Parts: sequence; structure tokens; C-alpha cells
Amino acid sequence: MVCERCNKRPATVHYTEITNSKKQEIHLCEECAREAGITGFGVMPQFVLHNLLGGLYEEQKAPVEPAYGRCLNCGLTEQEFAGRGLFGCADCYTSLRPAVDQILRRVHGTTQHIGKLPQRCGKLAGKKQELKRLRRELEAVVRKEEFEKAAEIRDRIRDLEKGLEGGK
Amino acid sequence: MALRETLADPHSYWMEGGGAEEDVVVSSRIRIARNLATYPFPHRLSREQAGEVIHAVRLAVERPESVKKVGRFEVSLLAELTPVERRILVEKHLVSPDFLKGDPQEKAVVLRSDEMVGIMVNEEDHLRVQCLKPGLALEECWRLASRVDDELEATLEYAFNEEFGYLSACPTNVGTGMRASVMMHLPGLVATRVLEDVVSGLSKLGLAVRGLYGEGTRAAGDLFQISNQITLGRSEDEIISNLTALARRLVTQERESRQGLYQKQRGALEDRIFRSYGVLQYARVINSEEAMRCLSDLRLGLALKVIQIIPLGLVSELMVLIQPAFLTKMAGKELKPFERDMLRARLIRERLQSGKNGKYGSKK
Repeated sequence: MVCERCNKRPATVHYTEITNSKKQEIHLCEECAREAGITGFGVMPQFVLHNLLGGLYEEQKAPVEPAYGRCLNCGLTEQEFAGRGLFGCADCYTSLRPAVDQILRRVHGTTQHIGKLPQRCGKLAGKKQELKRLRRELEAVVRKEEFEKAAEIRDRIRDLEKGLEGGK
Repeated sequence: MALRETLADPHSYWMEGGGAEEDVVVSSRIRIARNLATYPFPHRLSREQAGEVIHAVRLAVERPESVKKVGRFEVSLLAELTPVERRILVEKHLVSPDFLKGDPQEKAVVLRSDEMVGIMVNEEDHLRVQCLKPGLALEECWRLASRVDDELEATLEYAFNEEFGYLSACPTNVGTGMRASVMMHLPGLVATRVLEDVVSGLSKLGLAVRGLYGEGTRAAGDLFQISNQITLGRSEDEIISNLTALARRLVTQERESRQGLYQKQRGALEDRIFRSYGVLQYARVINSEEAMRCLSDLRLGLALKVIQIIPLGLVSELMVLIQPAFLTKMAGKELKPFERDMLRARLIRERLQSGKNGKYGSKK
């Protein structure tokens, strides 16, 4: 078997990556493997991942307003993102908004963060996040038809909402 | 221990035995990605800005309160290390191979002396905090990584958005920014051919399974890394408890496979283990693939108590020690492949001998 990258040397490194049930096999020679950063166990070649991400975006690309096509802070364009699969700065997440939503949904199935918050976000953000978590929980128990539990969660949501309004 | 000593010592804390489920789980790792709000992501930083990021991180870890709470860290520019030393950091799993690409002046490695916590500065994200422990210990790793994160955050302003969470250069890391992984030794599941099913099952649950394949179909050393793929929409605790529960299930399956093999094919299995032990003890030339295969058999033999000569941790250590950069560092010069195979064989013989004499363990 010949190396997939240089098409010259024999492939001696055989790498299999399975993500979301999709199996991908990569066959490289030692030199190309080293260049690609596959030098030890458990290492995912970044170039493959980023190519895939770019593809994911192009595939999903919908017509967008020109104003959204470029990050207002760093100037990264959607095309540049599609080519490399990396954002340029924190502001890209808001500047390239429609595209960001698409990609996050495709990769994670959601756009809502649940989890740790920086301490400087303060209590308000914590409460808002608790609210998000409770709403998710409510959906889940309603789906399971556990209505008593649902009522309990609904009350907690109301209390929190009141607290948030009062705290503003 | 200073970084140079760290690099000269093949031993890492994560290789020590004694962790939970150590017969199957080699190590646990938590990695969190963080970025500074006011700088472009690393691939778009100028050299000067990269230096500013490194400086800010240095100030954050050197704060007396931070030192008191999470310990002393040593900051080294990648450029200060020789190419061989850099590769050793990769072989010890302290930095990623990608970290070595690009301008070494723009990158820094921040390491606690016990190597349990490290920070890569200006890899794909400004900060990648990593915590590594032996055995199944994801929760403990997360607690430690999160404490370090809190200390950093006391002076650094992170790129954070209430909706998307911690922002990252790559959309696959946004949200918690957390990647949890366990490295598992699964020779039983490989031998009984159950692994294929397990792998496809795990991948349906949003987990990734990785192993580096040598010639043929066996992963090097039968080692597999299982990690979460999704970082957004689930809390850190949720991700960790799912992964821990699945790892436990795999541990049970692996043990059952091993016992099944041992009962049904005792003679053949013992023969394989002792043959591999024989090769490791007496070979004069050994390539890394054969060495990893034999070390995997030896690890299995030790876990099954078929053989009780050396501690498990020594096998983990040897799996690092026999990699090319470490051998080059020990030789003090670049080696030809055949020379490397000779040195590898010698090192394995010597380490096994000192292990048998009870001279193995942490120097810290």
C-alpha cells in the first residue's frame, strides 16, 4: 500500500478514527505521519479535523446577508473559516452568527452552554444558567410523563424568574 | 523538579500504579481550552502579541496566592528547549504533537513539578490546561484543572459568552472547552474481537475511541483512548459521569474477556505472556512495534497475576521510554533505526532487571 499523502513511499502507519459511527482509515508513510503529527498513540491529526469542519460549513452554507460575511473585529470571512475550520477571535462567534449557529448545531446538536461559568460573570449568569438547566429538565420529565416532578420544576423556574426580574 | 530534570526522567506521576481500576485504566486526563478575550486566537497572533499572552499567563501562575492554592509552575518558552526535549514532552503526553508546529518563540509550556498539571500556551487556543492522573480519576482531574482555571481567571479575562460558553478557536471545543479522556489497556476485548462492537457502540454515544495502529490490525500496545466529542449543551459533571460510567462498564467487560480467555485458553495465553516476557528480557534488537506488543502481553500477565515480577507502573513507563525521542535523549545524539532498536532492547532489559530487584518507583 502506498502512502495517501505523498503517493510515493509505502504506507506503514495505519490510523483509524471512529467518530459518530463513521470510520475513517488513513494510511501514511512514516515521514508523512510525522509531518501530520501522528507520532504517538491517541493523536488525532488536526489537518483532517479542520478539513472536515470546513466541509461541514460549506455543505450547510445558506445565503446570508453580506454584512454577516466578515468578522467585524478580526476581519475573518466565512470563506476563510470554510477553508481552515478555525475562528479568528472571540468576536467571530457573534459577527458570523448565522454560520456559527449552523456549525454548532451540526457538531454539538445545540448552541446553549451548560456548565462552568467564569467567576467574574457573577451570580446573575449563574441564575440564568440554572434557569436554562431547569427548562431542559422540565422538557425531559414532561416527555417521560412525570407530571408531579414537572410541576415541582415549573415552580422552581417561576421562583427563579421572579428573582431575576427583581434582581435587575 | 525543574523542567530539564522532568525531561531527563522517564517517570511521570501518571505512570505510577495504584490508581482506581489500574489493571485496565492506565490514566485519566482532563483538558480545558480557554482564550483571552482581548487577543485574536493563536493562529492569528503576531509574535509580539503571542509574547504578551505568555507574559500574562506567567504573571497569573506566579501570583503568590495562586502558588499557595495550586502549587508552583515553571514557565518555559518552547524555543528554550531542544527539539529532542520538545518531542519528549509529547511522548510523556504533556503536550500535543500539534504544539510543536509553528514558531517556538510564540509558545510556552507551563508545568507543575509533579507533571500532574500542565498548560500549553498558544497551541490552538491561548490556554490548554491539562491534568493527568493514573487510573480512573476523571473527577479528581476535573477538580484540580478547575481550581487551576479559577486561579488563572483571577487575573486573566477569558473569552466567554453566556450562550456559547467558553469560546474556542475550533467550534468542536466551544462550551465547556473540556475534553475528558481515559487511556485503557484492552487486550482482552481485542483478542475476543468484541472491541469492534464496543467501538461502534461508544461512537453512537458521542464518544470517540482512538488507537494508533501498527502493521496489521492491533493498536500499539492494545491501548485505546476514549474521550467525549461533545462539549456544548452538557455540563462538565454530566460529561465526566457519563464517561466514567462507560469506562467502568468497559473495565468489567475487559476483565470478563480476560478471565474467559484465561479459563478457555490458559496454556496458550500463558505461553504468549511468557514468550513476550522472554523477548523483552533477552532481545538484543527490538523495534517499537514488537516492543509495544510484548509490553502489552506483559501488562496483561501482571494484571492477571500470571506473572508477578514487576509493578504495573514500570510497564507504563517502558511504553514511554521506548519511544524514539526518549531514546535519542538517552543516547545524547541522533540514532539510526538499527541503533535505536539496539538501545531500546538494552533499556528494556535493564529496566526490567532493576524492576525485579525492587528498584523502581518515583524519584519525587
